[in-house]
Amino acid sequence: MTIRVGESATAPSFQKAALPLLGDSQLRKNLRHATEVIQRRRAVVAGELPDWQALRDAAAAVKQKTLRHLDRYLVQFEAACTVAGGQVHWARDAEEANRIVLELVRQQNAGEVLKIKTMTADETGLNQALEQAGIRPYETDLAELIVQLGNDRPSHIVVPALHRNRSQVREIFRERMQLPDLGDSPQDLTDAARQYLREKFLRVKTAIGGANFLIAETGGVCIVESEGNGRMCLTLPETLILMAGVDKVIPRFQDLEVFLQLLSRSATGERMNPYNSIWTGVYAGDGPRNFHVVLVDNGRTGILADEEARQTLECIRCGACLNACPVYRQTGGHAYGSTYGGPIGAILTPQLQNMEHAQSLPYASSLCGACYEVCPVKINIPEVLIHLRGRVVREQQSAMKPEALGMKAIAAVFRSRRRLEAAHRLAQAGQAPLVRKGWIHWLPGELGAWTAARDLRAIPKQSFREWWKETHRDAE
Amino acid sequence: MALRRLRMQPLRISLFITCYNDLLFPETGRSVVRLLERLGHRVEFPLEQTCCGQMHYNSGYQTEAMPLMRRFVDVFRGADVVCSPSSSCVAMIRDHYPKMAASTGEPRLIEAVEALLPRVFELTELLVKKLGLEDVGACYPHRVTYHASCHSLRSLHLDDLPLRLLRKVRGIDLVELSNVDRCCGFGGTFAVKNGDVSAAMLAEKMLDVEKTGAEVCTAVDNSCLMHIHGGLHRRRTGIRTVHLAEILASTEAETAQ
Repeated sequence: MTIRVGESATAPSFQKAALPLLGDSQLRKNLRHATEVIQRRRAVVAGELPDWQALRDAAAAVKQKTLRHLDRYLVQFEAACTVAGGQVHWARDAEEANRIVLELVRQQNAGEVLKIKTMTADETGLNQALEQAGIRPYETDLAELIVQLGNDRPSHIVVPALHRNRSQVREIFRERMQLPDLGDSPQDLTDAARQYLREKFLRVKTAIGGANFLIAETGGVCIVESEGNGRMCLTLPETLILMAGVDKVIPRFQDLEVFLQLLSRSATGERMNPYNSIWTGVYAGDGPRNFHVVLVDNGRTGILADEEARQTLECIRCGACLNACPVYRQTGGHAYGSTYGGPIGAILTPQLQNMEHAQSLPYASSLCGACYEVCPVKINIPEVLIHLRGRVVREQQSAMKPEALGMKAIAAVFRSRRRLEAAHRLAQAGQAPLVRKGWIHWLPGELGAWTAARDLRAIPKQSFREWWKETHRDAE
Repeated sequence: MALRRLRMQPLRISLFITCYNDLLFPETGRSVVRLLERLGHRVEFPLEQTCCGQMHYNSGYQTEAMPLMRRFVDVFRGADVVCSPSSSCVAMIRDHYPKMAASTGEPRLIEAVEALLPRVFELTELLVKKLGLEDVGACYPHRVTYHASCHSLRSLHLDDLPLRLLRKVRGIDLVELSNVDRCCGFGGTFAVKNGDVSAAMLAEKMLDVEKTGAEVCTAVDNSCLMHIHGGLHRRRTGIRTVHLAEILASTEAETAQ
């Protein structure tokens, strides 16, 4: 098995990756601005639906049911898609998914392909695989295009170039599209992108994309987007290859009623996405003549086996948790070293890929719960984070790290009143060398991370329980 | 005073002070006792209590948290009402104890947790929901802003309970904090494990606090306040943090001193 989640296998820990990002004032300003704009819009359009909470419950119920019978729905999807003239391929891991796509592209003798925004292909590292095989992928989603031309990485699952502002985009376009006189108005930039892309839409005969939903009942693939690039890729090319995680399947066409209301409102704060395409198989004289769907596992069925963490697979990739997260707000997506950043990335990546770096991700959260509050399918992300922390601790405990020893010692203190009261006296007396005028400004070891930016009030001379014993003697 | 007006029987209230308040913020505990006794109730403090297990549980040491959960249930099993001045500890008990108990498969423990939970209240829940009070006869002549802790907001759903109590405090100049639903960056061990990101979150919170012009920032959790105060003190802003219980315990007689 070669499970890959973008470049997470070689990524540094979250703590290490966050540090330079925190020092990038332009990045942090862009992040604050972009996440606040999307959050405000989301709050308005979610708030105007009286049945928003009921919709969330319905979506969670549909997803839970689907995951319980995933085998059945996937096979049903394959059968329906095949009847409609499509071909379904099954990929165990990233390598196999890329190999299948490469083979399909080679069959068309294509030297270049169009790409619709797809996180699954980023997860498997498809672009690198294509380039190594001498095939040029052209990203057609505006933000993905910005990322591709800037030799950059996506930093958000819905708005991959969220970390860039307008003038940075202009610089990238000016250089890479050779447009020295390009202005920086939104009109200038979209005109440039349109010119650049239109020629490719008309020339390139093979398109690769992802899926928002796979409809088991009809074999249709639903793609939701804002720019029309997806619609172009679904209709113009002769060959269409869609890569989708096995978690993308929903049972019925009717279920879209729930998901389309939730997805666009949660993702971009729009009531409806401008382009909602459902493509089912092959039609004479219209659209692609070859229609392929590659179903990708890449670690997902392993998650299914974990009862507590299974809800991770209910995610519809709306990105609302990223926008709401106060940690993501500071660092952006690159700190997570994975295709998937933010709260959902912090639970998804370590489950897909059990790498050392990924073990830092469940701790990249203050457990504030803002993610759970906005999640349209009610994934209890804090609960899963805690569950995964437990897994990290169990795996690392043999290492006898100082933290584990400390935590065990503290737990032992809390198991006995006598030990607790002794520990109180020890702390009250032992802090003396560190205290200056009632405050502690420096702490040793790992606790130094606290005093790097904060003071700590000295421990008072008398604990509460000592005061109680003194004042409420008769009560004992 | 309050008792007579509401024709209410005095309650026997068991105080769960929480481990960090016991050692680091004893004045909060003293204030809770003073306040509840002033309202005519009998406060008990079971000395065998230690910690709810939140720090261990949330940091991944769930095995270590288990005996602390058992201990809490044993200590407070006989309580009429349990009151705690910490929303995150109450959230730990309410959100996680049932699941922890269920995982042991011991029917007696599961039952005990189930029976105990409805009797556990965070301080403002006890005052407003259980005792039906908003005006507790407090006086606090200071400019104050209220920070809504994440657990109070998103686990206990306290909504405006703390604000309803604060608005009835005499002499108080209550100013609204912007981005009140945004985390201060404490997050328990998060503040140490991800100290830099935590500090960046704190910097934003301090900016909002300073903008209010308040002299005091209050909350229902001393954990957040320890974090915010630590940052404000480092920057010598002169703004202090005070647990809500201490504001509610203050009276005209005391502030006059």
